[in-house]
Amino acid sequence: MNIEIITSDALNVMTLLFMAVTAIAIARIRNLFAVVMLSGIYSLMGATLYVILDAVDVAFTEAAVGAGASTVLMIGTLALTSANENATPNKQTIKALIACTLIGFALVYASFDMPLFGDPNAPIHNHVVPRYLNDSMAEIGLPNVVTSILASYRGYDTMGEAFVIFTAAVGVIALIGRGRREKSANENMADANNVMKRKIVLRVVSKLLIPFILLFGLYVQWHGDFGPGGGFQAGVIFGAAFILYGIIYGLGTLRKALPAWLTRWLMALGVLLYACTGVVSLIKGASFLDYNVLASTPTGGQHIGILLVEFGVGMTVFASIVTIFCAFAGRAAADVNKVSAKQRSAGHD
Amino acid sequence: MDMILDIASWAFISGGIIFCLIGGYGLIKLKDFYARLHAASLIDTFGVGLIFIGLMFQAGFTLVTAKLILILVFIFFTSPTATHALARAAINHDVLPDVDTEEERDLVRQTKTTKSSTS
Repeated sequence: MNIEIITSDALNVMTLLFMAVTAIAIARIRNLFAVVMLSGIYSLMGATLYVILDAVDVAFTEAAVGAGASTVLMIGTLALTSANENATPNKQTIKALIACTLIGFALVYASFDMPLFGDPNAPIHNHVVPRYLNDSMAEIGLPNVVTSILASYRGYDTMGEAFVIFTAAVGVIALIGRGRREKSANENMADANNVMKRKIVLRVVSKLLIPFILLFGLYVQWHGDFGPGGGFQAGVIFGAAFILYGIIYGLGTLRKALPAWLTRWLMALGVLLYACTGVVSLIKGASFLDYNVLASTPTGGQHIGILLVEFGVGMTVFASIVTIFCAFAGRAAADVNKVSAKQRSAGHD
Repeated sequence: MDMILDIASWAFISGGIIFCLIGGYGLIKLKDFYARLHAASLIDTFGVGLIFIGLMFQAGFTLVTAKLILILVFIFFTSPTATHALARAAINHDVLPDVDTEEERDLVRQTKTTKSSTS
């Protein structure tokens, strides 16, 4: 047997084993901080698995969104709630165990009917994939087939995904983003001065890194046509730079650099840009999101269309991530302020 | 020439793996939070660094090596910072190092008072 096959099999088995162990640990542990960290590790393992499967674009997204952004957002949520899960005494353990075992067996039994892993005759490899792989260079003209599929062949689906993220951010704003007093400029200055005194190492290193993170985000955005990357990953990386800035310099300073109205507008403008690209192709006489008519040649049109919709996706994802983070962090800060104000008034009494 | 490169790269990679193993073992075995932190930081400075140098020998003078160097620089900035932030958060939340002598205990108390007065 070939040594490469053995090593890749060993890697697969080890990664899946680690994922299983992590999942069991997540189910067992009651400390939610540990659970958040473990779920980050789980996502990172998933990303590794995707890299082994040669799905670099998906791995990129998983690492950026699953291990990076969602971990930060979940920690932000924990700041609002308790860090420990209340154990609910459950008398139905035996029944639950039986149900889980039965369903597990049914799933394993069903998996026997599935095509073998990597089987070239599997239905999924014979439906539309041959056309994507053989003709996408002539039809779309992009070296990265994943981007061609994501932004052009499956443009509808991707628009739906962008709208899902937009809706999530709108939901967060509607639930917890409003109704709290924004800090005044004086308080912001006080915050900034406070920060100046401490966290020197963090401040210097983050100042050093943030420009490069932003640059990398832009690279991922515009290089997505040629290599792994695209709007989703770029948006998250770009947002991560601002979230890092917000964590270290305080929310007030972040909001001075990136006001709330700006992220709200960007969030809506991104999906609007995506949908408008489709409408323009409608007006030019083709079907919705058919980019062929956007330029004089079909592939030129595809280039412009994909660039525009990827930019829209990046804008929406970036603004949504920052908005969600600010909503959670702002709420947590407001709660802390309320508590300290209460303590102060109690001290005066 | 290839032989020498391979030997060098294997030596570096094995060294990195040994550091990772020591770090992982220390992470489980050591009792004190700060000692564990020290063990963990061993992994992402020495462990990763040596493995990357070994990989650079494999890649030769290519774009891959340039990317590896960039990642290495990035890691050398970020992981000590992360370790520092963790240690700081711990000391701010009254996790004190587990020390043996009275002298060291005094030192810990001093550190704590200076920390709490500046932050």
